[in-house]
Amino acid sequence: MIEFVLDGRSKVNTYVQLVQQVKQALRVGLLSAGDQLPKVRDVAQSLAINPNTVLKAYRELELEGLAEGRPGVGTFVRRSLAGDTLADQAELREELIGWLRRSRAAGLSDEDVLALVETTMRAQRQAEALQSEPA
Amino acid sequence: MDKVLETDGLGKRYGSRWVLRDCTVSLPAGSVASLVGPNGAGKSTLLHLAVGLLRPDAGSVRALGAAPYSNTAVLSGLGFVAQDTPLYRDFTADELVRMGGKLNRRWDSTLARTRLAQLGIPPRKPVGRLSGGQRAQVALALALAKRPRLLLLDEPVASLDPLARREFLQSLMGSVAESGATVLLSSHILADLERSCDFVIVLQGGRARLAAPVDDIVAGHRQLIGPRHLGEPIGGVAAVVRASHTDRQSTLTVRTAGAVRDPMWTVREPTLEEIILAYLAERDAEASHEAWGVSA
Repeated sequence: MIEFVLDGRSKVNTYVQLVQQVKQALRVGLLSAGDQLPKVRDVAQSLAINPNTVLKAYRELELEGLAEGRPGVGTFVRRSLAGDTLADQAELREELIGWLRRSRAAGLSDEDVLALVETTMRAQRQAEALQSEPA
Repeated sequence: MDKVLETDGLGKRYGSRWVLRDCTVSLPAGSVASLVGPNGAGKSTLLHLAVGLLRPDAGSVRALGAAPYSNTAVLSGLGFVAQDTPLYRDFTADELVRMGGKLNRRWDSTLARTRLAQLGIPPRKPVGRLSGGQRAQVALALALAKRPRLLLLDEPVASLDPLARREFLQSLMGSVAESGATVLLSSHILADLERSCDFVIVLQGGRARLAAPVDDIVAGHRQLIGPRHLGEPIGGVAAVVRASHTDRQSTLTVRTAGAVRDPMWTVREPTLEEIILAYLAERDAEASHEAWGVSA
């Protein structure tokens, strides 16, 4: 069972944050098809949020085909997002740990690492876009 | 969807002073609503009118479809937690639960006892000797034991410390999820409004400035920044809620009617808190200056 957290300072709507966390959990395999999502009552109580907000998030997931509500029982995951990438992810994760060790040895702080990742991703995306553009 | 609370031009005066006037709101069933406004805006008055503790001087109020004043049928479906959760201080929590059973038609004694047991509230200590937070939980448990369809709370967390406040809200939200009751909670606290409620009533100067679902409010208001505005109409703007000017620039919080496309204006989406503050900030500047004998 996953547990939700809320970023009070985020500009993102509460229900969207819940939807994103479910999707994230699906992506990394913390949740799989058939797993039960936390009960609306429990989420409302632990986060002190309006239960209608939780219902809204679960409804959104239902509309996207990711979850289904079983009246009187709860809300369950219908399908995952992870797919085949889960096995590859373990390998990528190992490589990442090695890379992180090297970057720390080189003196990079956490912020430096994130900045490096973001700028490199952006540059890569731009390079790929340019490559695929018609001559 | 039926309305659990409806007011129509509701007004209440003390002597010649109207503390509430022209108040028209309609609260849908299943909402968790917040009643916000500064001190003296009429929040307590509105809540007392809603539970029949006061009679209107103008207009009408209907709770659960009927006027609440001296109406036992309506009152048995209402739960009310008054400001600072007043309880008979010499009574123990156990005695209060038993008393509730004798005074109310519908009373779920087991629900009250289970809640208080889960919260670790001592049953045989006079409630006057409990902490503020514990007293608030007792008051809430007693209100919930009535299994009300509509629960009204008048600033129940105002004098609680942050932890007690959070625990109270957790309790409240958990029980709302279980019972499906409609809640109207009056509060000073604007932060975290969006995550706790889906309907907002803004009272200011005795009038309801806003009474709508949160989604509609956020979708229907924008903040416009642009050159000094002199009052001319702007395309897409239904009404200016609040305007602030320097000699060169104006910042307007507006209620929209369609999109604002004029490139002269930078359009921003304000947060729910910012929108409400804009409504609350509008005081009657002229009347106030007149009363002091100075020019505005």
